[in-house]
Amino acid sequence: MKHQSIPRVVGKWLIPPILLFALYVQFHGDFGPGGGFQAGVIFAAAVVLYALIFGLQAAKQIVKPRIIETLVALGVLLYAGTGLISLFLGYNFLDYTALDPDSAPHGQHLGIFLVELGVGITVAAVMIAIFFAFAGRRRLR
Amino acid sequence: MIDMHLPILLIVIPLVAAPLCVLLRQKTLVWAFTSLVCLAALCMASMLLIRVLEEGVVSYAIGGWIAPWGIEYRVDTINAFVLLLVSIIAAVLTFFALPSVADEISGKQHYLFYTAYLLCLTGLMGITITGDAFNVFVFLEISSLSSYTLIAMGRDRRALTASYQYLLMGTLGATFIVIGIGLMYMMTGTLNMFDLSQRLPAMFETRTAMVAFAFLTVGMLIKLAMFPLHMWLPNAYCYAPSVVTAFLAATATKVSIYVFLRFTFTVWGAEFVFEKLNLDVFLIPLSLIGIYVASLSAIYQTNIKRLLAYSSVAQIGYMMLGIGFVSLAGLTGGIVHLFNHALMKAALFLAVGCVVLRLGSSDLADWKGLGRRMPVTMAAFVLAGLSLIGVPLTVGFISKWYLILAALEAGWWPIALLALLSSLLAVVYMWRVVEVAYFQKADDDLNVKEAPLMMQISMWVLTGATVYFGIQTDLTVNVAQRAAGLLLGVMP
Repeated sequence: MKHQSIPRVVGKWLIPPILLFALYVQFHGDFGPGGGFQAGVIFAAAVVLYALIFGLQAAKQIVKPRIIETLVALGVLLYAGTGLISLFLGYNFLDYTALDPDSAPHGQHLGIFLVELGVGITVAAVMIAIFFAFAGRRRLR
Repeated sequence: MIDMHLPILLIVIPLVAAPLCVLLRQKTLVWAFTSLVCLAALCMASMLLIRVLEEGVVSYAIGGWIAPWGIEYRVDTINAFVLLLVSIIAAVLTFFALPSVADEISGKQHYLFYTAYLLCLTGLMGITITGDAFNVFVFLEISSLSSYTLIAMGRDRRALTASYQYLLMGTLGATFIVIGIGLMYMMTGTLNMFDLSQRLPAMFETRTAMVAFAFLTVGMLIKLAMFPLHMWLPNAYCYAPSVVTAFLAATATKVSIYVFLRFTFTVWGAEFVFEKLNLDVFLIPLSLIGIYVASLSAIYQTNIKRLLAYSSVAQIGYMMLGIGFVSLAGLTGGIVHLFNHALMKAALFLAVGCVVLRLGSSDLADWKGLGRRMPVTMAAFVLAGLSLIGVPLTVGFISKWYLILAALEAGWWPIALLALLSSLLAVVYMWRVVEVAYFQKADDDLNVKEAPLMMQISMWVLTGATVYFGIQTDLTVNVAQRAAGLLLGVMP
């Protein structure tokens, strides 16, 4: 679709707001609708749109498959790591109060923020990885 | 600290290790790390079982949210026993995995293999440890999705279709389970198993309860490969990599049987399931038919992995038969057989794995003269095979003894007779392999070596265990008896 000007121009206009909206859904998720899963999908959608317009190779140069794979792992580690931190601070696993024992609501808030960030990273990376895997498949003769 | 957080660490350590494997990437490093994690899990599971036997139920509130509002991990004798089984198998198999995976899976995918292996372990142990009905479903998906991946890594291209077939059936089963759990949640407003068991009796008369129970039970029976819902199993076991076959055969269906026990006896209660709905009227005949049909199918297989897979379906029949008796002896037999069969089937599949490494084939026709070429491996195969038949001094005898005892206790001597006669079918299919391996000459003069030491160790540890627990039955039978008592609400 590289040679068609309308998708290219519209894509260039749309991709940054989509990425921004993903971040909004991610970080505003604790006050409004949204959260890590939705944000991750929206973020991945921007990359998918880019790949559809400018081709798979161009997309793979921006988000390298190796980095995607690392991000899949890092998101899970961030989630589980948050739980383990509260464990080391003497609370139960995933008890976010541990993150700020003086003010439990603040601790809970911080905990949910970190966990959702982990979810967002992994979901976005997995979505992109699945898209790359399907788009990169050659037709069998 | 470790003592207090034991239930959660048992799940979180393999869970965290899985993404770390992706980051480590290097083949040997990833393998060493995986083995270490599996050994740690084994230590923790043993500590947990010892603690449960001493203190009774261990409960852990995740996130500090107390049950029934939060997710609770609840460990009693039954699931501590299953956790120990799963972690033993996972730990022993890691030694086998190094040479076997190097041979069967392309080098680029090794780290992904170990990641999926650890995730599957996490899922299986998570299903077992949790006291929350919805959490069971979540972990079920973790273990199922990773096992589809593991099966698809098989060398044969048919592994892909086998994995896909398993995916369809597994998803169907999981969907049924989640529909059942959803209906239970709708009726009671709770997901905690213990809380459900308190609130469900008031709803027993409603149609929703019946539908919930029906969905849940059929879903679980698909996952545990009960005849006639077992069609996904033979292909999945046949084409998966050797380590995966042994791992899944020894753990996946066993954990599903545990889920069945937990929901039927703890959540719904034996009275509702067996006295009001008379599930045993279906369970016992289906188990018996399953034993015979699957054993007869096993006799006609030309591939040894597939032969053993059909035999697994038959053995699941024995476990469900024991459960169907709804008596202390029957449940003890079922639970003991769950443990024993895991040991012997894993040992048998490992022996096949050793041969596959050297011959590249699990076709019966290629096994000619193997008794002379790989005597050590074949000896293990025969020993574990004797256990499958149920020869005295092996674990198979112990489980059959309790099952037949239970049948006689209930006054159902025809069932006892049928269960005994079915052992003869096991003799037939094991004999076919023995005959080819020991009494036929190899077609070629290739020089076939024994499998590497690492693989031999895993195989002989499990084969040794089938003999050891056949003679020293204190651990298995006592724990199974206590578990059975707990499920039935009576103390032995």
